[in-house]
Amino acid sequence: MKSKVLLMGKSSAGKTSMRSIIFANYIARDTMRLGATIDVEHSHVRFLGNLVLNLWDCGGQASFMENYFTSQREHIFKNVEVLIYVFDVQSDTKSDDIAEYTSCLEAIREFSPDAKVFCLVHKMDLIPVDQRDAVFAERSEELQVLSEGLSIACHPTSIWDETLYRAWSAIVYSLIPNISVLEAHLENFCEMCEADEVVLFERATFLVISHATRKTHHDEHRFEKISNSLKSYKLCCSKSMTQFDSIEIRNSKFAAFLDKFTSNTCIMVIMSDPTVSPTAMDINIQVAKSHFEAYVSIRK
Amino acid sequence: MNDRYDEFSSGSVPYGQMFPDMYGEDAGGEAEQGYENKPRILLMGMRRSGKSSIQKVVFQKMSPNETLFLESTTKIVKSEIASSSLISYSIWDLPGQVGYESNPAFDNEGLFAQTGALIFVIDAQDNYREAIAKLHTTVLRAYEINPEICFEVFIHKVDGLSDDAKTVRQQDIVEHVLANIADAELEDQIQISFYLTSIYDHSIFEAFSKVIQKLIPQLPTLEQLLDILISNCCIEKAFLFDVVPKIYIADDSSPVDMQTYELCSDMIDVVIDVGCIYGMGENDDTGLGYDAESASVMHLNNGMVLYMKEVTRYLALVALLREDKYEKHGLIDYNVEAFKNAVAKVFEPRQ
Ligand SMILES: Nc1nc2c(ncn2[C@@H]2O[C@H](COP(=O)(O)OP(=O)(O)OP(=O)(O)O)[C@@H](O)[C@H]2O)c(=O)[nH]1
Ligand SMILES: Nc1nc2c(ncn2[C@@H]2O[C@H](COP(=O)(O)OP(=O)(O)OP(=O)(O)O)[C@@H](O)[C@H]2O)c(=O)[nH]1
Ligand SMILES: [Mg+2]
Ligand SMILES: [Mg+2]
Repeated sequence: MKSKVLLMGKSSAGKTSMRSIIFANYIARDTMRLGATIDVEHSHVRFLGNLVLNLWDCGGQASFMENYFTSQREHIFKNVEVLIYVFDVQSDTKSDDIAEYTSCLEAIREFSPDAKVFCLVHKMDLIPVDQRDAVFAERSEELQVLSEGLSIACHPTSIWDETLYRAWSAIVYSLIPNISVLEAHLENFCEMCEADEVVLFERATFLVISHATRKTHHDEHRFEKISNSLKSYKLCCSKSMTQFDSIEIRNSKFAAFLDKFTSNTCIMVIMSDPTVSPTAMDINIQVAKSHFEAYVSIRK
Repeated sequence: MNDRYDEFSSGSVPYGQMFPDMYGEDAGGEAEQGYENKPRILLMGMRRSGKSSIQKVVFQKMSPNETLFLESTTKIVKSEIASSSLISYSIWDLPGQVGYESNPAFDNEGLFAQTGALIFVIDAQDNYREAIAKLHTTVLRAYEINPEICFEVFIHKVDGLSDDAKTVRQQDIVEHVLANIADAELEDQIQISFYLTSIYDHSIFEAFSKVIQKLIPQLPTLEQLLDILISNCCIEKAFLFDVVPKIYIADDSSPVDMQTYELCSDMIDVVIDVGCIYGMGENDDTGLGYDAESASVMHLNNGMVLYMKEVTRYLALVALLREDKYEKHGLIDYNVEAFKNAVAKVFEPRQ
């Protein structure tokens, strides 16, 4: 099953950077060496087994953009499932950015009216912390107005922190078919283990696919923080030519177990009872694994 | 994010008041309030060499890219690092390019007398001739006042250099610095250590670990205890980490390879990240989700296991061992408990 995902936005907005970090194991600093993308770079990313993201990373220099809207219009904009439009929050050509975004929406309406649209207000790290919320609120309001008639989702992002993972988790989540069935099973599993929370990650990217929560938690950003942390550790392990298979972390208040789950996922189980034994948890996870395999690998 | 250290902002001295007597009455008062007996580590060097960045990245968990926005330091910034009861020290981040050593009115005595280590930061991406000259006068002045100081040179910002360029610059800097010391006929008295560092990787943490280790009088005992532990448990490599600035204060006597060090050190990040989210009690005074029961085990796909256990309030044992040795983890837990008790004894306040 292939999903066409367009990545657009003006040159040096950060499109290639984010896809390289999420899908190609770059660290943020490596992106400084990236050159401008010439025309469109296609990449196929296998996600959860059968779901293939067909990423069209569209170079954002003006001459390319113009072609997308004219001679290549249909080729670029038809059959799009998701449009990701990246805005450099500190852009000095804001009105041009907006004009291009509007042209892009026009073409989307024409060729892929059902496409989901994600607007990423990117490079938020360049805005002082205390102004970020306000700047983002203002931008996303502007974008909502411009995108009249389409439902868009806006996210503040930066390659330097976990916000990138939140946005991309939301993006891939929107592409997973039968997600509600999967979620119901995750709820059950969470009940069965008497866990506070169960989180399902895609194994290569550590993007969060879904979670089930029985005990409310104050930090709504916790999943992307964990994604970011685990992904960094994965890269650290790669340097030693190894990978972690399972992780157990505890203190007097909790125990967390992360384990390989289905062939493309890992699962993390959080317990308030810190005395729960890793062996017992392992058995629970093994039992659930076979049950889940059918739902997590997507068929069509 | 919670502060992971105690800062003494009140100890900051406005730049304008640094001359002529920066450590007059006030400084004396401070010593009595707790700076006494705590080794002081000075960060010195030319302007923009990266001193504040190092302080922020290592001790305040600042992300390296954020240092791009740091402003030039205009007054001495002191932070006190009080990790466990005995391993505490204060870091003084000095403004660059101040003529401490040559200005007769400046109270060098006050600055150097209580200093345990002087870190001189040299920007390896810049022209460093002037820095070398400056380093020389600083070292001589400091040595004159306090011959016990450890001199540490960070050849910094090497992330921008190729491996060849790194080696060439390191050789060049070491050669010049040592030649200057030899010219002053002090080569037998003054020891200087050199490190290649960058805030963008582990090198700065490794270098800082080495600097701190020299200031811990209990180091040989800790190393011995670690050696006993690894031989009892068939551990490949063990570190004793301070989890707050993520510096290792001791390791067993087998050689450290960089990859093992990185695996162990980054393991702490994961444990703290997850602990901060799920392991915070109502009255968690550390703000880290790190307590007496903190522990972690990671199974790697190359047949190795990483094991972490709380040792004292802010110290953690991190060990790498083979999967088959971990099978007897009851034995390991038992030995680690014994190790914990021994470490606690080492740090017991003497009467
Ligand atoms: N400060 C900051 N810089 C970023 C961020 N994301 C990307 N960058 C930097 O922006 C520059 C350009 O990034 P690219 O990913 O090549 O930009 P692009 O959108 O692919 O550009 P084109 O290929 O020309 O369309 C790089 O130097 C990145 O390091 C971010 O979140 N924060
Ligand atoms: N590439 C690179 N840049 C660094 C490194 N460390 C610091 N920098 C940069 O160097 C610049 C100066 O850093 P500061 O930490 O303010 O320097 P300083 O020595 O405190 O300067 P003064 O306070 O003026 O004495 C900042 O832009 C940092 O981002 C490093 O390891 N690599
Ligand atoms: Mg690009
Ligand atoms: Mg400074």
